Amino acid sequence: MTARVGVVTFPGSLDDGDAARAVRIAGAEPVRLWHGEAQLHGVDAVVLPGGFAYGDYLRCGAIARFAPVMEKIIDAAGGGLPVLGICNGFQILCEAHLLPGALTRNQHLHFRNRDQSLRIEATGTAWTNTFQPGQEVLIPVKNGEGCYVAAPATLDELEAEGRVVARYVGGNPNGSQRDIAAITNQAGNVVGIMPHPEHAVEALTGPSLDGLGFFTSVLKHLVGAPA
Amino acid sequence: MTTHPDPVRDNPEAGQPPPQPATAAPAAPARHAVVAEARDWADGVDTVPRAAGTPEELQPYAELGLADDEYERIRHILGRRPTQSELAMYSIMWSEHCSYKSSKVHLRQFGEKAPPSDRMLAGIGENAGVVRISDELAVTFKVESHNHPSFVEPYQGAATGVGGIVRDILAMGARPVAVMDPLRFGAADHPDTARVLPGVVAGVGGYGNCLGLPNIGGEVVFDPCYQGNPLVNALCLGVLPVDRLQKKDATGPGNVVVLMGAKTGRDGIGGVSVLASATFTEGSEQRRPSVQVGDPFMEKLLIEACLELYDAELVVGIQDLGGAGLTCALTETAASAGTGMRVWLERVPLREPSMEPHEILASESQERMLLVVAPEKLEAVLKTAEKWGVWATAIGEVTAPESDGSPGRLHITWRDHPVVDVPPGSLVDDGPVYARPMREPADLILLQADRAETLPRPGDPDTLRATVLRMVASPNLCDKTWVTEQYDRYVLGNTVLAQPEDSGVIRIDERTGLGVALSVDGNGRYARLDPYQGAKLALAEAYRNVAVTGATPIAVTDCLNFGSPEDPGVMWQFAEAVRGLADGCAELGIPVTGGNVSFYNQTGAAAIHPTPVVGVLGVLDNVADRVASGFVPRSGADHDQLFLLGETHVELSGSEWAWVTHQHLGGVPPHVDLAREKQLAGLLADAARVGHLSSAHDLSDGGLAQSLVESCLRHGVGARIVVPERFEGNSMPFVFLFSESAGRVLVSVPRGHDKAFTALCGEHGVAWEQIGVTDPTAEALEVHGQFRISLDELREAHTGTLPALFGGGQPFEVAAPAATGVAIDASTDPVDGTVGQGATLADVPGAATAEPPTAEPVTDGQQGGSLDGEQTGTAQAAPTSTEAAPFVDLTEEEAADRPVERAAPPVRGGHVAATPSGGTDEPAPAGSPEVSEAGAPQPGDTEQPAAPDER
Repeated sequence: MTARVGVVTFPGSLDDGDAARAVRIAGAEPVRLWHGEAQLHGVDAVVLPGGFAYGDYLRCGAIARFAPVMEKIIDAAGGGLPVLGICNGFQILCEAHLLPGALTRNQHLHFRNRDQSLRIEATGTAWTNTFQPGQEVLIPVKNGEGCYVAAPATLDELEAEGRVVARYVGGNPNGSQRDIAAITNQAGNVVGIMPHPEHAVEALTGPSLDGLGFFTSVLKHLVGAPA
Repeated sequence: MTTHPDPVRDNPEAGQPPPQPATAAPAAPARHAVVAEARDWADGVDTVPRAAGTPEELQPYAELGLADDEYERIRHILGRRPTQSELAMYSIMWSEHCSYKSSKVHLRQFGEKAPPSDRMLAGIGENAGVVRISDELAVTFKVESHNHPSFVEPYQGAATGVGGIVRDILAMGARPVAVMDPLRFGAADHPDTARVLPGVVAGVGGYGNCLGLPNIGGEVVFDPCYQGNPLVNALCLGVLPVDRLQKKDATGPGNVVVLMGAKTGRDGIGGVSVLASATFTEGSEQRRPSVQVGDPFMEKLLIEACLELYDAELVVGIQDLGGAGLTCALTETAASAGTGMRVWLERVPLREPSMEPHEILASESQERMLLVVAPEKLEAVLKTAEKWGVWATAIGEVTAPESDGSPGRLHITWRDHPVVDVPPGSLVDDGPVYARPMREPADLILLQADRAETLPRPGDPDTLRATVLRMVASPNLCDKTWVTEQYDRYVLGNTVLAQPEDSGVIRIDERTGLGVALSVDGNGRYARLDPYQGAKLALAEAYRNVAVTGATPIAVTDCLNFGSPEDPGVMWQFAEAVRGLADGCAELGIPVTGGNVSFYNQTGAAAIHPTPVVGVLGVLDNVADRVASGFVPRSGADHDQLFLLGETHVELSGSEWAWVTHQHLGGVPPHVDLAREKQLAGLLADAARVGHLSSAHDLSDGGLAQSLVESCLRHGVGARIVVPERFEGNSMPFVFLFSESAGRVLVSVPRGHDKAFTALCGEHGVAWEQIGVTDPTAEALEVHGQFRISLDELREAHTGTLPALFGGGQPFEVAAPAATGVAIDASTDPVDGTVGQGATLADVPGAATAEPPTAEPVTDGQQGGSLDGEQTGTAQAAPTSTEAAPFVDLTEEEAADRPVERAAPPVRGGHVAATPSGGTDEPAPAGSPEVSEAGAPQPGDTEQPAAPDER
């Protein structure tokens, strides 16, 4: 049976269609979820896409975190549902306290869009299990508030527990502490990533096909996971 | 607000107060005429009966930009004096910006000379032209200016420029899918450019990024003529199923008129008639409240809501609210249907309850659309709006034409007082039309005689090498990543090519690969030297840029940026440019589908160069066949052959080299032969389809040298070039590398394809010449017998300029060549230390207010010294307060409202006005004198004759 991966649309979501396309290219069935419905429609995994949910007013992700659909996602994530937050989705996951730390204004204060090299450091998560440890990938980054910050103790804990999923290499595009590009929760089912793997899934439109690995990983995870 | 004496139309005997001097403080217009009597009005409102009863009351029409005869005409149309609201409406609709009163007589040529096209579904006169690209799909695109607002308030001016053009596209029934932005600024090292450019770029990015529209191209051009008048043009592309085309007609009496989107506030009041139709003077900073403030989040919701309404077939007609707000939308929708309209103005949701009727009608609040809806579908419309969280309010209804069959009238009441009763067509169609006097600028003959071909040029290899490095680092030719990486080019997942490619390419249909290519180009210097040829050259360049991707050009849009039409010299330039563009389109067989005119781009007596910016759209049956501009890496000793297509002549007048090296502008621009451009495009499309081309790159500013460097640096692939025999000796290698002859393209052809390719060139009648090979292992650009420059050295020169000028702010990075659709080698060398430490950026996240440049002067003495003292005083004093003087005096009550009104929405994504970077390492490239060799011979044999007299 084809895995069903939900993609949430908040008002102001922008890369939701792209996330759905990536899910489809990876071989799963994308299911569109609406922010206003506290309903997951039985999906096997969820992607919180990039964009500016609720205009990013107040603080990026601060309002989206209270959307009706997020109550269900927070509950289900606690029960092991794979959740990937990309860019704005990462910000929402931090605001929802599914992940520690916060994403702040890029240190140079500019929105920045470039093709970015990352090193995958944790391959035990639901979203990175098809990568090799230390593998370098090329994925677009595009954000204005992608500078990851957390308390030193939290950062140490993330490092010690192997929860830094990916780091920027060859230059840090936004000033993130310890070059962090992606992190995971303790269980490894919730991953937040600032760059956009959904924009590196087709040779015609992306800088590489490296992004596809995130989506095939979750399918592998779902097959391996007890039903 | 100020009016400007116009010798043509101002009549000092008319009994009106004389026009205020150009430097008058704009804060207190019209008091003498109306305010004293306002107490007598019913509820403070000037009603229709009151207007009929007080024919002698003085009205501030001159201050609103209306001429005496225009005011008389309004009185004649109405049979009485206009009410205050009506006067505001006429002044807006009859302004240059809305009525095209000076340009209309010329723009007709676009229709008259247009080649027949069965693709065009909507053309000039609509919000945007619509062209069919397959049986099911159509695209719509248009370029528009937002120049004046962007000078006054760079961030918001540019942001709302993007917002406005996106709504035009949306109103046609299309989903907006991409934007482009041709930008022109003053001298790169002028302190005010450091205020304007970062704000404009952040505004374009802030709005477009937040809207989820990829930015796929544009221009960044520097020239002192734009110092006080930056040009911020924005283009939007949309896609629609052919049967979803929307109309603006308010048909069907009884249908409901719905205003959807943001609430209406005081922003932008007077923006059209004041900002767009008056020349800048000292004191422009006091007009800041006239600039609209954008909320891209609201626009995103509006887009989704509208598309849902279209798909459910819930609207009869739709019109965006742009430059003239509700006034324009109400009158245009009614006039185009011949119907009337009844509007209850107090139903308009307001941000400030104290707004008066004329303010509501004139407000340019952003993110609003006007819908015409059948009564039985109103419920469903309101539900959709609610789903997306946007306001939607029924404010009126469509009424029948008059019993005698003549068009209906627009009746507007405010709290039961009739404030407007006009024939809507009189505002839309019956505005004044001027055949303004035209005269060739007196200096043109001398200017054309002063040819750049006579300037000293590099004649030895060392000087040539230095020239290449200096040229690729000059502001107009340098790498623009500092700008373009502030734009999202990936969102929506259909961007096949984006800047710095010659064209943006967007996939339209994922199943078939059908897509479009788009390019916008202009060259103000060429147009200054010859506006007729200059317009054709802009068209030719955009056409060629589309063609090099393998696409077939099919349609044109234009944004015509000029000085004051009241100056006969400017008017002549405009007329010539329009004639050139119309003739050019006829020769190429592609129609102009829509566009925009921007006049009054001048400060004081100094107008900008005439700057027609031309956008060309082409179709690619399968975007997988597109050809990109960079040389392709090959394994081992494999390489591609390099061919130069087209003919190179000694054409240096108006060139980038003449400007950078000699600060010279004179002569006649390169010869343009559109028949050859057409042959070239045909060749490129055929060659792309059969896979003969591994890269293709247009030659334009900076000539062959620039194209070679760009193609090399794109993927880090070197090249070896041999100068053809006839370009040997003295300064001829320089001519080969830097001439700007039109109609040329640099292509690379994979081994094994060369014979078939050159045969194809023969079939198409295109001149070709093999000039070298790519050299993937060499890491250098070598011109045999002349010079060898390593790619590292080229890259350093090419990429360092903008970060050095506008604040490096690149503390972390390497230069990763931005490629879309091509796997690239990520291990590119880092940009070296020239980008600075980024320490000039305040380490204060969230610092969102632009510092006036004077607050932190450019510290580098070299830079300051190179300025010519032509600083615009207005710009230096950019106030940080949002409480600056409004359009009209505030009552106390209104004043209390203002802080609320101006509470700008939080802006994300880089509203950062970096403080001007101090300590740039390099002196301004333009300031360094050329090392010129003496007595370079002037070959005359290959020169073009002077352009025939077109006049």
